[in-house]
Amino acid sequence: MVPLNWYLMLSAAVFSIGVFGFLTRRNIIIMFMSVELMLNAVNISLVAFSHYLQDLRGQVLVFFIVTVAAAEAAIGLAIIIALFRNKATAHVDDMNEMKG
Amino acid sequence: MPLVMPDLRPIAPEIVMTCLALFILVADVFIRRKETLALLSVLGVAVTAFAFALPGVLNTTFGGMFISDGYSMFFKIIFALNVILTVLISVKYLDVEKVNFGEYYALILFATLGMMIMASAGDLIVLYLGLELMALSTYVLAGFIRYDMKSNEAALKYFLLGSFASAFLLYGISLAYGLTGTTDLGRIAMTIEQQGLAGKPALTMSMILIAVAFSFKIAAVPFHMWAPDAYEGAPTSITAFMSVGPKAAGFAVIGRVFLMAFPMVRAEWVTIFIPIAILTMAVGNIVALSQTNIKRMLAYSSIAHAGYALLGIITGTPDGLASMMNYMLIYAFMNMGAFAVIIMLRSEGFKGDTISDYEGLSKTHPLAAALMLVFMFSLTGIPPTAGFMGKFYIFMAAINAGYTWLVIIAVIFSAISAYFYLRIVMYMYMKDPKETVTLTTSPSMGLALAITTVAVLAIGMFPAKVVYLARVAFP
Repeated sequence: MVPLNWYLMLSAAVFSIGVFGFLTRRNIIIMFMSVELMLNAVNISLVAFSHYLQDLRGQVLVFFIVTVAAAEAAIGLAIIIALFRNKATAHVDDMNEMKG
Repeated sequence: MPLVMPDLRPIAPEIVMTCLALFILVADVFIRRKETLALLSVLGVAVTAFAFALPGVLNTTFGGMFISDGYSMFFKIIFALNVILTVLISVKYLDVEKVNFGEYYALILFATLGMMIMASAGDLIVLYLGLELMALSTYVLAGFIRYDMKSNEAALKYFLLGSFASAFLLYGISLAYGLTGTTDLGRIAMTIEQQGLAGKPALTMSMILIAVAFSFKIAAVPFHMWAPDAYEGAPTSITAFMSVGPKAAGFAVIGRVFLMAFPMVRAEWVTIFIPIAILTMAVGNIVALSQTNIKRMLAYSSIAHAGYALLGIITGTPDGLASMMNYMLIYAFMNMGAFAVIIMLRSEGFKGDTISDYEGLSKTHPLAAALMLVFMFSLTGIPPTAGFMGKFYIFMAAINAGYTWLVIIAVIFSAISAYFYLRIVMYMYMKDPKETVTLTTSPSMGLALAITTVAVLAIGMFPAKVVYLARVAFP
């Protein structure tokens, strides 16, 4: 049986990759994908905890996270498309109408 | 296992609100005049407010997942007021911005529903769902002026950083779940006490992650980067909505989670929140000094106000929490009022959102200038306005809890804030008008201004009633 710690390390690694990607990449779609990566890292740890605790709550939460992530993707892409129609770019450094 | 029907009375307000939001969404297809939808929304929220007073509404249901108590009820009153005032100030404004669509009303009702669920959450899962319902609706609202690049940009920044923050919240929740084996706030506290988990690094980590996520929601420094851009770019009515509702909801969950789930490790989360509160007051007030756009200035002001309200959480006493709730209610009135005046200045072909647009307003529109004066005094905290009373109770609670040094810092920053609030007053009363400003008025706008002005002055002069409400509301 795979020990719980391995899952947690995997989850922490994926989460860190997500955070790193969000902070360093400048393409909106890639930043958005990094956030999805972070959410899935959380899912890994929740399912692992749920399995080792023999408790269903964790998996219930995973279902909700997956559902909300889908809704979030729909809204995020809609915002990106609305933006793309006004200014054909997917680069955050070009979003500089407001400063200060 | 027999399936027991849960007691539905405690969630009656949420059920009414859900039906109302869905009804508005469908009615939008059939009703051509969108003002009717605004009227229906206001009436529907009034019905929801009646549901607050139904018998049996103050109870816990769904196995402790949903808590309807005085604390959540007080916040729900703030949310109801927030949505009513927002609808009142947006009716004419949406026409001016040429985005008069019915989804607007459905979305702010859904956002309010999310806030209500957050305030009542007794379980981290419910809390997360409420938070996302609120956040997703607000992202769309921030980008509601589709053809405007600034509005798109506001929505995008709000969306990216908001979803980044929710990932942190979820990671914190998963750690807390793994450690305690439950997501129920009460049982988390019990497990921490019974198994002596206090001081474990994983628990501290989980608390830090949750605190970071909530700090994003209330726009506390150093997690405030999204706020000025989102507030400046969003439609002004939504800026008003965002600066009151989600902030109050954020404070509601901070109070709930940290005092209900983590009371055993209070010393640790207080050390997280004290630097955040000091930085929030400092950055909010100092950066606001150099702003030329009034929406952006009020965004920094809203950041600073979150810093004051955090003092109420830091005290951890019932008095401190009551003063925080009280402050949120007062802030709702004075901020809504200030934004209502800003919206009045917006007319076809005239933005009216830079501070210099207010030059000589007292000569061209004395009433609007006088109202703005009241709200600016209140935001500064000058008696006899409500803002003074709000700050007074927070500072008193903090002093009683032994945080005198923190109050001294807060008072110093509060004095700095007088500069940028009163600068607007100075522009309005001591400068000559440069160009003629036409006000966009409507009966609903007048009503909103009347409600906010009367409330700001009445709470300022007779605060006892509200303070009492907040105090008894606390369990």
